[in-house]
Amino acid sequence: MSMVFISVIALVGLSLIFGAILGFAAVRFRVEGNPIAEQVNALLPQTQCGQCGYPGCKPYAEAIAAGDKINKCPPGGEATIQALAELLDVEPEPLDAVEGEKPQMVAFIREAECIGCTKCIQACPVDAILGAAKQMHTVIANECTGCDLCVEPCPVDCIDMIPVAQTLQSWKWEHPLPPGTLIATDRESLS
Amino acid sequence: MSELLLILVSAILVNNFVLVQFLGLCPFMGVSKKVETAIGLSLATTFVLTLASICSYLVQHYILKPFDIEFLRTISFILVIAVVVQFTEMVVNKTSPILYRVLGIFLPLITTNCIVLGVALLNANRSEYTFIQASVNGFAAGLGFSLVLVLFAAMRERIAIADVPKPFQGAAIGMLTAGLMSLAFMGFSGLIKL
Repeated sequence: MSMVFISVIALVGLSLIFGAILGFAAVRFRVEGNPIAEQVNALLPQTQCGQCGYPGCKPYAEAIAAGDKINKCPPGGEATIQALAELLDVEPEPLDAVEGEKPQMVAFIREAECIGCTKCIQACPVDAILGAAKQMHTVIANECTGCDLCVEPCPVDCIDMIPVAQTLQSWKWEHPLPPGTLIATDRESLS
Repeated sequence: MSELLLILVSAILVNNFVLVQFLGLCPFMGVSKKVETAIGLSLATTFVLTLASICSYLVQHYILKPFDIEFLRTISFILVIAVVVQFTEMVVNKTSPILYRVLGIFLPLITTNCIVLGVALLNANRSEYTFIQASVNGFAAGLGFSLVLVLFAAMRERIAIADVPKPFQGAAIGMLTAGLMSLAFMGFSGLIKL
């Protein structure tokens, strides 16, 4: 009988001690915020365009940290997906957008038609549109991220998205072909 | 001192827990796809093994033995191991959240890594072990696990880009490689001449 008591007391004592240690560790090593979301957020382009389906880059970063797909950011494109895949140690996936990766675009306001309603200014996530009420608006091309969000609210449809022309400064080498598709017969047999 | 060295060499090479005693094979196959992840898991496992063998030695010699309740050995060791793993999980989550995310389920699964309970029970069986010897045995078991896991991960990284015949792709070639490694490690038993 005493054996049973000793056993029970010993195990209960052990559990209490370990519980106290774990309780202390839980307080000592408490994690503030979500460090992964912070690191993911730093890699996103911060256009706050909402094309991923979330209201901005921070919410999308939190969603990625919680396990969402990493291929929903059209402004970031291939480069962002690669960086995220590297950070999170997952396989990079092709961009998940209807029209695929778009060329770099910039908004252009046909200024003669602009009525100065300021609706596009309110829509712009990066404050790249300049103007005031009843005054003509214009786009600061260097600040524009090409996110399309100003096109929809314009009541007179005077905003065009035009592709940025390639200059000697912006030209880059094309990505190399993936292995196994180097010669024409390989590509034919794949397709 | 030579005794400790002998324990070290024995646990790392001659009686390697993974390749010679075939304990802890699940993380060996599961977390060996990338070298960085393998290094992370081996660090965590070594930490757990050392701490668990220290704690289980203390429990064995200061609680179970004096009260003559050694039949509670397994359950109390499992308790010790679960607590140590939980503690390690908190530390990893605090120090390296990315590693925590990458290791995922394999971090809490260190609890069920057979090596951890194996070392604790083997230490308890060898009652002549001192405190230092028991902890060195745990640490060496962790080092042996790390060595094998990192080597195996490096090989699998190369195999992943190699032109493997179709029937052998994936897990099959992994198993074959593990078998060959095991064969090589068995050769260490010739290291000590009696």
